[in-house]
Amino acid sequence: MTSVPLVGVAGIEGTSELSPSALLEAYRWMVTARVADERCLSLQRQGRIGFYAPLAGQEAAQVGATLALRPEDWVFPAYRELAVALVRGVPLSEIFDQLVGNSRDRIKGRQMPNHFGFRAQNFVVASSPIGTQISHAVGSAMAAQKRRDPIVTIAFFGDGATSSNDFHAGLNLAGVFRTPTIFFCQNNQWAISLPRERQTRSATLAEKAKAYGFPGVVVDGTDLAEVYRSVGEARRRALAGEGPTLIEAQVYRLGPHSTSDDPRRYRSDAEVAEARLRDPLHRLKTEFLATGLLDETGDQKLWDSIRAEVARAIEESEQVPPLDPHTVFDDVFEVPTPRLEQERAEYDSVTPNGGSKP
Amino acid sequence: MTEMTLVQAVNRGLAEAMRQDPDVLILGEDVGVNGGVFRATEGLFKEFGAERVIDTPLSETGIVGAAIGMALYGLKPIAEIQFLDFIYPAFDQIVSELAKFRYRSGGQYPCHVVIRAPYGGGVKGGLYHSQSTEAYFAHTAGLKVAIPSTPADAKGLLLTAIHDADPVMFLEPKRIYRSVTGEVPEGDHRVPFGEVQVVREGTDVTLFAYGAMIPPSVEAANTLSEEGISAEVIDLRTLVPLDEKAVVASVEKTGRAVIVHEAARFCGFGAELAAILAERAFYSLKAPVARVTGFDTPFPYALENVYLPGTDRIVHAARATVRST
Repeated sequence: MTSVPLVGVAGIEGTSELSPSALLEAYRWMVTARVADERCLSLQRQGRIGFYAPLAGQEAAQVGATLALRPEDWVFPAYRELAVALVRGVPLSEIFDQLVGNSRDRIKGRQMPNHFGFRAQNFVVASSPIGTQISHAVGSAMAAQKRRDPIVTIAFFGDGATSSNDFHAGLNLAGVFRTPTIFFCQNNQWAISLPRERQTRSATLAEKAKAYGFPGVVVDGTDLAEVYRSVGEARRRALAGEGPTLIEAQVYRLGPHSTSDDPRRYRSDAEVAEARLRDPLHRLKTEFLATGLLDETGDQKLWDSIRAEVARAIEESEQVPPLDPHTVFDDVFEVPTPRLEQERAEYDSVTPNGGSKP
Repeated sequence: MTEMTLVQAVNRGLAEAMRQDPDVLILGEDVGVNGGVFRATEGLFKEFGAERVIDTPLSETGIVGAAIGMALYGLKPIAEIQFLDFIYPAFDQIVSELAKFRYRSGGQYPCHVVIRAPYGGGVKGGLYHSQSTEAYFAHTAGLKVAIPSTPADAKGLLLTAIHDADPVMFLEPKRIYRSVTGEVPEGDHRVPFGEVQVVREGTDVTLFAYGAMIPPSVEAANTLSEEGISAEVIDLRTLVPLDEKAVVASVEKTGRAVIVHEAARFCGFGAELAAILAERAFYSLKAPVARVTGFDTPFPYALENVYLPGTDRIVHAARATVRST
């Protein structure tokens, strides 16, 4: 891949620093994400979840980046980061609790599927507006600097976000204050219907970093090891006080933008078929078969066991009782205002049985 | 107690909070060495250093976005927006992010940021240094909105804002930054949110106002008193949470209401107050609720005194309200 100067990264060649067992673990996460993706698309079609934004094609980028982090680092996701959540240690069942929106959902059914957040895993809750999390990651990094905490923050976003206000605001601030921040851009080539070349005239997204005074690097986002190395190096730089790094992981969004999108309106099947040849899962599996780390039988067993695991998690989440309607008034403020209490009472007076209950 | 101006009281409130808690910090444009364009942060850079009084690049969305990140991490940032008129680049961060973090995370990520911004006209600031757009923020679930009208309240409400667990829009009436002086308690002086101040008691009509509209409202009450009309003046202090009980109780007593604000009338905060009175004090009302507000025009430069509610317009409305019954 073309590489905009990034101190250190270009110099690292050769074998991955991921051990064989780590590679297998990474593959397991990637397969889990792919299976979850496939199931979620069909759950949405069946009306069992309301929405889904698939990540197929981006598994190696997400898993590789997240494996290079430490638990104490802070993650600021967009809404496509299911594999990031998995690698951070979020149980599958908690992810499905959110997708279903049941009473166990950590965010209490407040947002559409994929917009989850898990405080215990330092996985900050996502929102729908594009790019807003970028400056949050910078602010948290400034806070960590002030407290002398040896951690980094990482913002996940897509190619479309590089045109947003907060991309500019956030990267500019990060450059000025040399914050320990990693800007991890998954360039999946399509911002809904807008192709990458219409997003910016810049040759790469990574080169934008130069204008903010810090390095940007392009990596092959289907190459787990390359992603892992680049994020690891960016993390090292951040902790050494060398400031932020922008990483452009080039991937391809194999699926639709979301379940509300029909990508055949704007891109050809041939283009997608070509991209499928670089499917990060196939790529890693091919490596495994070549090195003997995994054989076809082992691979089949892995997929079967993960399919069963995902099915169990879905089944479990669908059994969890629905949310208590009264919780709609919670968490607006720490303590509800008299007005919110009054609205809750009004609601009760109209629906004494508690709304959605029969 | 020390006599000081409103902007000095803001400054003392900031200094007090920063001395109490090392997690409190300030960020904004020109807030450091320069002490803020209105001098609200004067001396703080010297006392607390560049790490706690942070001069940022010229980016409102960056200031608020970074403040949100700091707050998520556990600090207590106070973001200064130089003029409320310039807050719109940060509107997405305030409305979509700051206001919703606690709710959308199911309570996992409270996000306590205080945003200070001078607001309002009467300073020859034209369209872009004069607006009074508190209603945008009061309309957004998850934000509190405080507007002081006296030096003591400026310090007291600000300290309450800084110690609150939720995001607070702290809007400062720049027109009376220096024209109003008053005694301000030393130390950790706090004024609770959601409690009006009855500035002057009366029996015939209630004048509801806040911020820079308090002085002309009090002056109007004095004039009305000479005509034998007893006007009660209520300073709302916080629009969110609103002391609805006190608002309703006052109109139950006087039977008449005149709402005064410098923001445009249509969908201004007065519309909500009038609706509350219609819902909860209808049978006590002896006359229609009147509103004395800025006009539904952009804020004019040369003719700002035509736009801004003055004592004469308040007196006229109150008089008409009382004499109609």
